Amino acid sequence: MKMTSKTLVGALLATTMMASPLLAAGTHPSTGEALADDQSFTYRLLDEHSSVDPQIVEDTSGADIVRDLFEGLYNQDAAGNLVPGVALSHTTNDAKDVYTFTLRDNAKWSNGDAVTAGDFVYGWRRLIDPTTASPYAWFGELMSIEGAGAILAGDADPSTLGVTAVDDHTLEVKLTASLPYFALMTTHGSTFPTHQATVEAHGDQWTKPENIVSNGAYVLTEHVPSERSVRERNPMYWNNDATILETITSLVINDENVALTRYFAGELDKTEVPSGQYPKLNAEYPDQAHSNPRLCNYYYTFNMSGNGNPAFDDIRVREALSLAVDRNVITDAVLQGGQFPAYTFTPGLTAGFVTPDVPSASMTQAERDAKAMALMAEAGYGADNPLKFDMLYNTSEGHKKIAIAMSQMWKQKLGAEAVLANQEWKTFLETRGNQGFELARGAWCGDYNEASTFLDLLDSGSGYNDGKFNSARVDELLMMAKTSSDTQPLYTEIEQIIANEIPVIPVYHYTRVMMLQEDVKGWPFLNIEQNVYSKDLYVVAE
Amino acid sequence: MGMVKDPARVEAIAENIADAQAVKGRSLWQDAMGRFFHNKAAVGSVFVLAGILLFTLIGPFFAVWSNEEIDWARMANVADVGAPSIENGHFFGLDSLGRDLYSRVIQGTLTSMMVGVVGASVAVVIGTLYGAVSGFVGGWVDNVMMRTVDILIAIPYMFVIILLMVIFERSLFMLFVGIGLFSWLDMSRIVRGQTLSLKQKEFIEAARAAGVGWFVIVVRHIMPNLLGVVVVYATLLVPGMIMAESFISFLGLGVQEPNTSLGALISDGAGTIMYDQIWQLAIPLTFFLSIVISLFFIGDGLRDALDPKDR
Amino acid sequence: MLNYVIRRLLIAVPTLLILIIICFYLMQTAPGGPFTSERPLPPQVLANIEAKYGLDQPHYKQLYNYVVGIVTQFDFGPSYQYKDRSVNDIISQGFPVTLTYGFISFVVATIIGVSLGIVAAIRHNTALDYIAVGATFSAQALPNFVMAPILIYVFTLKLGLLPGGGWNGGQWQYLIMPVIALSTSFFASVARITRSSMLEVLNSNFIRTARAKGLSDRTIIWRHAMKPTLMPVVSYLGPAFVGMITGSVVIDMYFSTGGIGRFYVNSALNRDYAVMLGLTILYGGLTVLFNLVTDVLYAWLDPKIRY
Repeated sequence: MKMTSKTLVGALLATTMMASPLLAAGTHPSTGEALADDQSFTYRLLDEHSSVDPQIVEDTSGADIVRDLFEGLYNQDAAGNLVPGVALSHTTNDAKDVYTFTLRDNAKWSNGDAVTAGDFVYGWRRLIDPTTASPYAWFGELMSIEGAGAILAGDADPSTLGVTAVDDHTLEVKLTASLPYFALMTTHGSTFPTHQATVEAHGDQWTKPENIVSNGAYVLTEHVPSERSVRERNPMYWNNDATILETITSLVINDENVALTRYFAGELDKTEVPSGQYPKLNAEYPDQAHSNPRLCNYYYTFNMSGNGNPAFDDIRVREALSLAVDRNVITDAVLQGGQFPAYTFTPGLTAGFVTPDVPSASMTQAERDAKAMALMAEAGYGADNPLKFDMLYNTSEGHKKIAIAMSQMWKQKLGAEAVLANQEWKTFLETRGNQGFELARGAWCGDYNEASTFLDLLDSGSGYNDGKFNSARVDELLMMAKTSSDTQPLYTEIEQIIANEIPVIPVYHYTRVMMLQEDVKGWPFLNIEQNVYSKDLYVVAE
Repeated sequence: MGMVKDPARVEAIAENIADAQAVKGRSLWQDAMGRFFHNKAAVGSVFVLAGILLFTLIGPFFAVWSNEEIDWARMANVADVGAPSIENGHFFGLDSLGRDLYSRVIQGTLTSMMVGVVGASVAVVIGTLYGAVSGFVGGWVDNVMMRTVDILIAIPYMFVIILLMVIFERSLFMLFVGIGLFSWLDMSRIVRGQTLSLKQKEFIEAARAAGVGWFVIVVRHIMPNLLGVVVVYATLLVPGMIMAESFISFLGLGVQEPNTSLGALISDGAGTIMYDQIWQLAIPLTFFLSIVISLFFIGDGLRDALDPKDR
Repeated sequence: MLNYVIRRLLIAVPTLLILIIICFYLMQTAPGGPFTSERPLPPQVLANIEAKYGLDQPHYKQLYNYVVGIVTQFDFGPSYQYKDRSVNDIISQGFPVTLTYGFISFVVATIIGVSLGIVAAIRHNTALDYIAVGATFSAQALPNFVMAPILIYVFTLKLGLLPGGGWNGGQWQYLIMPVIALSTSFFASVARITRSSMLEVLNSNFIRTARAKGLSDRTIIWRHAMKPTLMPVVSYLGPAFVGMITGSVVIDMYFSTGGIGRFYVNSALNRDYAVMLGLTILYGGLTVLFNLVTDVLYAWLDPKIRY
């Protein structure tokens, strides 16, 4: 058949037009920006993640990868609001203890199987099942799913968990108590579905690139531990047409300064800003340096269990130490990353939370110092009787700097001698977990965007309450908050109790400080949980 | 007439002999010291080391800031105002947290030198004795002793150091113990190797034939001949100990804040080279290199001086 | 000699066994365990994890099972930290990496070190001597965790010649900086020992005899002096090897090579028992092997040494 040049050109054009939704070069469907040919994104990981199994992963870098490989009931948009994932919508009963999710019918696994409600049932049972040995099994109990407690204790079979697949596209969850913010928790990786056949066929090895089956926008194609991990577009994903980035590579680079060097050498598109360097980098590269609030706090906790330093039993001592810390110096001179000085435990930007006024927040530092010195003198400490105590933190450059700054503040203003002790992570956790400390560092990142994720830490029965703070009223308020429709007054009262009794010294609230190449767009800067979905990112042409 | 031709002359000579001073014998050590002081590089290095030591002892009297005090006013932009300067009292500049580098270098140098000397001394004493005995006795004793060393070398020393630091609380003494536990192992292997060669030599056979006990042979005949190798290796050990300490600090287990060591200072300084704070690396590194290179020249000079075969 | 080698290899087995036992009990005494985390596990979950990995059994039984597993199935156990990897996976991925750049560094350092040492000894007390040894010593004194970021800064950022890290299957561009950083850690020591050893040998009687006989310098050095000179060097190679293993940790950290050095440190910090034991056996075995090789070399160099 003779092809005329017209036909040839026509065929060529037709092919190009047909292929254009899949061609990277083109324009962004909603913003109209010109897209680059090379839609790849390379970023830095501090350390090798523990796993990409949704029910097992426990670190944030692993969670980021899991969020690309798998998809849960709901996703978050760039501002952190819930948008449909596998679930289209949900309804709940009046008591807010039964949630029914309606799933879409076009969600598929990477091997072509349909994603059904049964996959979620399998995943959630697996999370709680003691034989899975998931470090996040407690999250199931936190979600208040019926039967979770008994299964965790080993008294019941996982099949008794209060989740049912009513049919392939309807998922019903029964809770033990009313939980208004339950839907928020479904963006957490441990609630993602898993493909039963694959897990049963390969056991622990199911997450290797050659075995893994996932339902997210990307599939894992390469994983060299401690070096790199690569994920590529999953054509089976129900919303694959909207995915623009083709390849995401994560490189493990332990040293943050080396990572920054390689960023400037063009090998990375995103890396963290080493502490103290943000102002300079922001001045020189304003379009690349970013500092955004993050849902985490940083504090020091007193050992209130009774075997700590007896000086700390005196509330005046605790208050003096808390007042004497110049938080602005720490955020503006040590960290310099736009962090927020903290006088309350919960970060101010937590959804639905209003930071209550606490007296120390509105004083000037000079006033705080004066009051601190007066309190110390009252308590009987001074130049002739200096306060001595141990200050425990885990090994890290950043924590060391803050600890040194705080200890020097206490020394100069109050004459107190803080003996700095750093321990490597596991040893630190053991020591702190066994109340073998006097004053220890702590930090907490919220598991969901609501204040209880932080305040529950100070519940006397909480397993994370290493300082063993015990207030019956706080316990009572936390219990009430679980079922209340107006939680703010309760949270305000809790924060005020914390500010009055000072079991902890809040220091600052986190920001995520990073360098991001200018041509990478779609980053969810406003999402305080910093949940990034690579399917929403894209690279624009120069 | 007698046997002597010229009695007067002979008498004169005899008197001279009696009057003449007895020739002063020179001991081996005096010989060695003489040779050492002829080695210009070695002598120069002794002065350098002595100078550094003196500096660490006298320097604190001139310090304006202590080694832990933070200069609040300047801590926020160390890159701009933290360079060494005389006026603001920070002779060596600031470290990345805004503390005075002059005092910190002094304290760090002292700590590092102590670590180096103690670690190397433990290594020399234990390692030499162990290696010499093992090599000389030979046979199954040698086998057992060396296999023990093999095992000890293969134990992950990081783990042991973590354990020590945890069980016995962080202290400088524990650091010495931890480093000392491992520093002698290499020395023992090297010494054993040399002993194996030495024990075949004729003078050892002679001593054996004369009935000298084996331990005495080891101490009096083998060990002096080992001095050359031991001294050289020991002077390699001191910087090695300092580096081992810095690696331990690097892992977060070393000298506890606010105290510091040269290794920790160098490690901190290496992180800031990108940010135009070169003095934080250059100054501790200069001290470190000076100590290390001086030790090299001294070790070399000592080896030349002590080598009994030399001229 | 063959008997000796066989005897040594046979002794290696109980040596390694003792090593395993010591390490195992050491690990049990370190505070914290593989599952100690910021969000502590509910007791039942913890009990289940321990049952799954056999950690609830008495120590001697765990040890026994571990050794049996190695001997019968060559299975070194699972990693507690990296849930989808076994120790075999980790070693088979990481060991070739470390071996490659380690071996190359070792060869480079030995060749450069010995050559420089010989040159410095021959030109003893001249400027060449001082410069050669001074320069190499400065390079060695510079710790490799200082040199590594400097190398990356210069070669990757400023010059744009080399990739800043990674392994990529071991392509030569990824090897250069690790080899430089690692070999400079000990080539100066090799140079120094060679130099001082050669100086001693050159002053000895049999060399004097050779010179008196009128042999040329070249013949003297290569045919007569080399073997005895190399003996302390060979002794040093054993510790140099071990030092290289420790040094590889820093290389892995800065150059993201994925080698086992990094896993070794991490396994200690993470209390990843099986990885720790597995790598200890690997290192222990290599150390024993290396020491055997150096001892044999020693005997070859000095015919008077009898084992």
